[in-house]
Amino acid sequence: MTCWETIGAYAFRSLGYGERLLPRTDFTLCQQFTLIGSGLIWNVYFGVVALLFGFVLANAIAFAKASHSPIFRKPAEWFIFLFRGSPLFIQFFLAYEALQMLPRAGIDVFGITVQTAWTTKAWAGALFVLFLNTAAYSAEIFHGALRSIPKGDLEAAEAYGLTGFAKFRRIQWPTMMRLAWPAYTNEAIFLFHSTTLVFFSGFPAFQQRGDALYYASYFADKTFNPFIPYPIVAGYFIILTLLLIWLMGRINARLNRHLPSNMSGKIRLRPQLIR
Amino acid sequence: MFEVCADPKSLEGLTWLSCYLTSGKHLNMYWAFGTVLLLLAVTAPIAMAFGFLGALAARSQRFVLRMIGKGYTGMVRGVPDIVFFLFFVIALDQGIEYIMHLIRCPDWTDPVRNGLEFRVCPQAKVPLGSAPQTVHQFYGFMLAVLTFALVFGAFAANVLFGAMQAVPRAQLETAEAYGLNPGQVFRRVLVPQMWVYALPGLSNLWLILIKATPLLFLLGVQDIVYWARELGGAKTQAFDYPHPDWRLYYFLALLVFYLAFTRVSEIVLNRIAARLSKGQATAAGEAMRKAGI
Repeated sequence: MTCWETIGAYAFRSLGYGERLLPRTDFTLCQQFTLIGSGLIWNVYFGVVALLFGFVLANAIAFAKASHSPIFRKPAEWFIFLFRGSPLFIQFFLAYEALQMLPRAGIDVFGITVQTAWTTKAWAGALFVLFLNTAAYSAEIFHGALRSIPKGDLEAAEAYGLTGFAKFRRIQWPTMMRLAWPAYTNEAIFLFHSTTLVFFSGFPAFQQRGDALYYASYFADKTFNPFIPYPIVAGYFIILTLLLIWLMGRINARLNRHLPSNMSGKIRLRPQLIR
Repeated sequence: MFEVCADPKSLEGLTWLSCYLTSGKHLNMYWAFGTVLLLLAVTAPIAMAFGFLGALAARSQRFVLRMIGKGYTGMVRGVPDIVFFLFFVIALDQGIEYIMHLIRCPDWTDPVRNGLEFRVCPQAKVPLGSAPQTVHQFYGFMLAVLTFALVFGAFAANVLFGAMQAVPRAQLETAEAYGLNPGQVFRRVLVPQMWVYALPGLSNLWLILIKATPLLFLLGVQDIVYWARELGGAKTQAFDYPHPDWRLYYFLALLVFYLAFTRVSEIVLNRIAARLSKGQATAAGEAMRKAGI
């Protein structure tokens, strides 16, 4: 099998297309690169979808936490504490066990049967956990940014007659985004890295359609040699991280376009580890 | 454990529960909490030492040392931690065995890496195949500690390097003007002053370290996640204490443990931060001075 044939056979293996059987003997570098790259599709899927939905929820929670009314503030604080104070690993296990407790046959809501079997699949269950988790982390970042909006900016907005929703839309929210963006970039990178945890989360890989780490550990188990598959995963993630930094940097430049270049917030990469 | 528990099938209600929660396997699980705390207690100082050495190397005048230090601190950036955890354990294990192999069996002729297999001579197995189970467990635990320390050391090195850079230059110049040599400047001025800058990063790291402990499970140590899965799984009538799948409740207990642990840590770290900020030329120290604390 040439390398091109391998790519043709395995490039979308993680989605269930192409060759059904994984290679069992005579592993080539090409196979490892292709299959691990194929698994990376899932990591990108988890990262992108969780980030997009998480962004919306994080905004809502950040404003709820900044609210004066305890009816909004308390739940937001508890939500953030719950997801930031416990390991993502435990959250995955807990969610899996909880979702498994849902009745298999589906729930009857006003005569319509709601299917529940799909919630225990990784694409939905693990995504849900990642979504809530990133929402909590981002909400804390946004809340911090909301509190550090310069007082003068808000007073100037009021002096121009901007109040209520107009003030929020034109001044508060853009400034919050601008201030939060460098930290949010780190959070996004961090989220992509933690998608690797899905492999250990208990959500089973259906028909060997797994993520990057699933295939990497498959190869490591079969060849007893961790020195090839894991560095490949690492390499793929470095490329993914660089892409993400570039994209977030573009958004950052757009958010800061009205400021002189020496005042715009620089994205500093700060290392973070396991959630 | 108790006399009443001799025949678990005849028990009901609270007695059953108290017997259930004190069964031998549950006691093992409570010990596993101790394992987690022990790991934290052992890892934190070692990681700090690695971090300190890494930061020192990164600041060194010598090019080679500086490159090693920078390489170490930069290592963990951009790569998922999990990959490191999986990689390091196997790499360390094989590395140690390979060195033992070179020492103990110098005339071994078979290749060590034979195609797919990694095979050293039996005398070089660490721990030896004949060693008791506890030695194997201890070795696994030490391997985990070393892995944690290496990875977290890189992060601590990053934090400490930043903190050393953050100490105002004027402070060091003053010390030099008083005739202190570079070693004295480092010991008496730089190190005592850097902690206040390092503390936010280090406390963050501590919270992350707490939350990283479930990964012990991935490293093959019988930790609380292992026992939660083991004990929570459905038990048939063949067992002393049959019950349906209770893993959800076990994981809920773990969640509460971690939440409580991080909360207590946060409170303690805030106190330390306040203590360290007192009298320092930082915003926090200034705020304390104004408030008259």
